[in-house]
Amino acid sequence: MPLNSITKNGLILTGFALVTTGLIAITFDGTKQRIDEQRAKKKLATLNEVIPPALYDNQLYLDCITIDASALGDEPKSIYRARQNGNDAALAVEFTAPDGYSGDIDLIAGVAVNGEVLGVRVLSHQETPGLGDKIEMSVSDWMLSFNGKSYDEDQAKRWQVKKDGGQFDQFTGATITPRAVVGSVARTLAYVEANQHQLFNTPSNCRAAAPTGGQH
Amino acid sequence: MFKQLTIDGLWKNNPALVQLLGLCPLLAVTSSVINGLGLGLATALVLIGSNATVSIIRHWVTPAIRIPVFVMIIAAFVTIVQLLMNAFTYELYLALGIFIPLIVTNCAIIGRAEAFASKNPLPVSAFDGLMMGLGFTFILVVLGGLRELLGNGTLLNGAERLFGAGAESWKVTVFTTEHPFLLAILPPGAFLGMGLLIAVKNVIDKKMAEKAAASEIKTVVRARVTAES
Repeated sequence: MPLNSITKNGLILTGFALVTTGLIAITFDGTKQRIDEQRAKKKLATLNEVIPPALYDNQLYLDCITIDASALGDEPKSIYRARQNGNDAALAVEFTAPDGYSGDIDLIAGVAVNGEVLGVRVLSHQETPGLGDKIEMSVSDWMLSFNGKSYDEDQAKRWQVKKDGGQFDQFTGATITPRAVVGSVARTLAYVEANQHQLFNTPSNCRAAAPTGGQH
Repeated sequence: MFKQLTIDGLWKNNPALVQLLGLCPLLAVTSSVINGLGLGLATALVLIGSNATVSIIRHWVTPAIRIPVFVMIIAAFVTIVQLLMNAFTYELYLALGIFIPLIVTNCAIIGRAEAFASKNPLPVSAFDGLMMGLGFTFILVVLGGLRELLGNGTLLNGAERLFGAGAESWKVTVFTTEHPFLLAILPPGAFLGMGLLIAVKNVIDKKMAEKAAASEIKTVVRARVTAES
């Protein structure tokens, strides 16, 4: 009888769905803590690259706000606040350069209270391997050229690649990528300078260990 | 039987070179040896698991619902492998990105489940999964090596992502260059390299066939003709 075979097939399918989902649930549960730890570790490692650990004593990746500002990019960005003995020390700001050679370049910059750049790193990008990927620290140390610089509106044209009359090297065969990065760092610094007080004093509002940029 | 499966998986019926299955991840991730090896091993794990499971349950599943059941099993294994890689090889997980979940769409896996595991007992099916997985891994590694060497002049760059911190020193620098050979690293390099590998395999097969044919002719000459009249 056809009804019987339909029932039987339905039951078998249900059984498999339950077992496979159960297995996934068990694995998920068993690995969840470790995955969260890995994410937090990675996040902290990146944060420590842009803000030296000696400069702060708070739990940096828990003290953060999510902010929607067009200067930083289209999507809401996370900003982490470093404090030393309760005093404001530095900000780690995530931002996007929308005008890379192959789309968005996601970056993070550490900015001290006095406006000085502590470090800039790439979080993710799709620039051409061998040309535009010199923005990665594993390929070249170009990113270090931002260290110690600060942005001044009167000196705005210094914040360009050398080809455009600025102070930053471009790459052989790739000007668009560094131009995009330099421009976005300048915008971010200007934004941080204008809003520093507010950025430091907004109550922490992002979820702990939120996987920003983890899942695309 | 096992010998035949080994030859099939690694050479004669290699999933990447002969069946041309799973080309999407194959072409996308083979920009280095380690990326290729990582995805290859993940695929092999899924293949062994899915082949074994499909073989165990082959008597209970009616033909009408076998495909959805296979899909569920494969999806479950891929998700589990993805979670494990996320937990234990985090850097590699970030590098392989979207291509781990995409193992689900690798036709080699459902193809082996349907064509082999659903008709054969457990040990043979698991072994077939292992050999097909190794065959796939082998091609990923060779193609990755070819592209990494031509493009960057290195081999095994980033080994620590798969094998842990001690493996950083495994990197072999064959030559250093200011201007990497972009064609090899970018996707077209994968297509060209793949075509080259298939061509090489065909040449070797042809040579072997000629040899076999030559020895056959000899036997034919010697064969005795029985007169019937």
